[in-house]
Amino acid sequence: MSLKRSILDLRKRKDEVRLGGGEEAIEKQAAMGKLTARERILAIVDEGSFHEYDMFVEHAGTDFDMGNKVLAGDGVVIGTGTIYGSPVCLFAQDFTVAGGSLGLSHARKITKIMDHALKMRVPLIGINDSGGARIQEGVNSLAGYGEIFFRNTLSSGVIPQISVILGPCAGGAVYSPALTDFVFVVENISKMFITGPAVIKSVLGEDISMEALGGARVHAEITGNAHFYALSEKECFEQIKTLITYIPWNNTQKAKSFPPQEPKTKLKIENIVPADARMPYDIRDIIKSITDASEFFEIMELFAANIVIGFGRMNGETVGFVANQPMVLAGVLDCDSSDKAARFIRYCNAFNIPIITLEDMPGYLPGVDQEHAGVIRHGAKILYSYSEATVPKITVIIRKAYGGGYIAMNSRHLRADFVFAWPTAEIAVMGPEGAANIVFRKEIAEAANPEAMRQQKIQEYKDKFANPYVAASKGYIDEVIEPQETRKILLHALQISTHKDVPAPAKKHGLPPF
Amino acid sequence: MADQEKQYIIVHSAKYETTYTKKYLNRKVWEEPNFNLIKSYIPGTIIDVLVKEGQVLKGGDSIIVLEAMKMYNDVQMPFKGKILKINIEKGQKIPKNFVMIEIEPMV
Repeated sequence: MSLKRSILDLRKRKDEVRLGGGEEAIEKQAAMGKLTARERILAIVDEGSFHEYDMFVEHAGTDFDMGNKVLAGDGVVIGTGTIYGSPVCLFAQDFTVAGGSLGLSHARKITKIMDHALKMRVPLIGINDSGGARIQEGVNSLAGYGEIFFRNTLSSGVIPQISVILGPCAGGAVYSPALTDFVFVVENISKMFITGPAVIKSVLGEDISMEALGGARVHAEITGNAHFYALSEKECFEQIKTLITYIPWNNTQKAKSFPPQEPKTKLKIENIVPADARMPYDIRDIIKSITDASEFFEIMELFAANIVIGFGRMNGETVGFVANQPMVLAGVLDCDSSDKAARFIRYCNAFNIPIITLEDMPGYLPGVDQEHAGVIRHGAKILYSYSEATVPKITVIIRKAYGGGYIAMNSRHLRADFVFAWPTAEIAVMGPEGAANIVFRKEIAEAANPEAMRQQKIQEYKDKFANPYVAASKGYIDEVIEPQETRKILLHALQISTHKDVPAPAKKHGLPPF
Repeated sequence: MADQEKQYIIVHSAKYETTYTKKYLNRKVWEEPNFNLIKSYIPGTIIDVLVKEGQVLKGGDSIIVLEAMKMYNDVQMPFKGKILKINIEKGQKIPKNFVMIEIEPMV
């Protein structure tokens, strides 16, 4: 064969593989609003940067007449590329080939690119669109999943791992995304569940649609399995690309620096917060009045919205924000918000991202459902994560910092590097109403007009304790600052913390209460 | 959110204006458990009902065989008592928390 002919032959072979499951299957995929596996990868990476590997890998099935079947690339595309110049490893399951089902070769391709990502210390992006285990390959399929889960765990905290759910992801398959750092879902396309609607109906008699059971919105809002929710694949890819700009390649690096920018917002920081501590506002307005270009990349926006987490930049450097949200459930800590914040704090710590905590919360959410759901062990996760974190940790107390919540929200006592408070801060063992009821119980009960006495005592307590100066007098906060100084002081604190180094006792690993 | 009705949360006697989440609105309200109602702790199929109304049994006596998750579960009397009412029959499929049998405690 002449060189020219062998080149033509190679092209023909590659074109055949690129056709995946064939024109008809691709049309079906498109009809569902879905791109093909390769189109998805190309939509995420820089133009011309993608290189695919293992195109000619064949499936390993021999039973059930599988021996004669040809499955292009065994239903998965793997390769490397760049996103805004940053290297990434990717895999994308191809639903047009045998429903993206996972057989031995399919799994080996995925684990190959996972090993590569870990070895090269670059982020891994996995696009899931699969009917699940390839039944014809039996226990080999299960082995494949196990090998993937193991590598997810091994890579955890070393390289960023991103999962994109762009189709069904059911049964055991869901555990790979669950083990990764960030899960992206798209309305009407993503479906995740352990047991599907058909089985649930036959066993339990509960009739529920796939979307209502494990659709994108459910995972973004109710279960907390998803971190980013989009209305289209295109929007989802933009979110992935933005996320990549905020995170480092691996745990030994810092995220990329950008040119510093002043906040854009014309919002006057001191006008955002109502003086009455019982009135709500949107804490994200405060974040946006602090960050470079007023940009804030929120994570898990819909889940446990009583706490806000996400990335912003300060002087061009990535910072993680954890902030109570008075607008939702008064910003209380509860099982879900503790879980959400704790995991994010650990993410920031693992990947060298300083944490800024904005505090305005009245305490823990009261209720039997919370107590029985284990708010003690879930709440403990926040204490654990903040205490454990060695990245720069800075707290700004905006208004309420009461009780256990005061301790939990990166207090001095958990080794915060800097604790600032606005003059509106109320740092106390509980709110004036609750404290007055307890401390002055007798006086209130014995008063001729108990309600008037209660109000008087609440005011007395408020005047004496509902301020930042008691805590400041003990050195628990470093400085009481004017609201408009916040960004300037945070920039200074971050600058001072650049080379922070704190020794920790040697251990195999800690035992966080999960 | 602006056009929603005002919502409040009370923490330590202070009332805060805020908004509720869907999950908060759908939370389960706790009820005092009634131990005289034998409820299904798992959905399944009634394989056998081993008792009759009016029968007196001691704690630990088997009363129902409930198949769930491919397993025959032995449902027992929680304490000595009389069977007041049987709400199930052999072969019936029942959801979780279905009141299968009502009993009356005896000393």
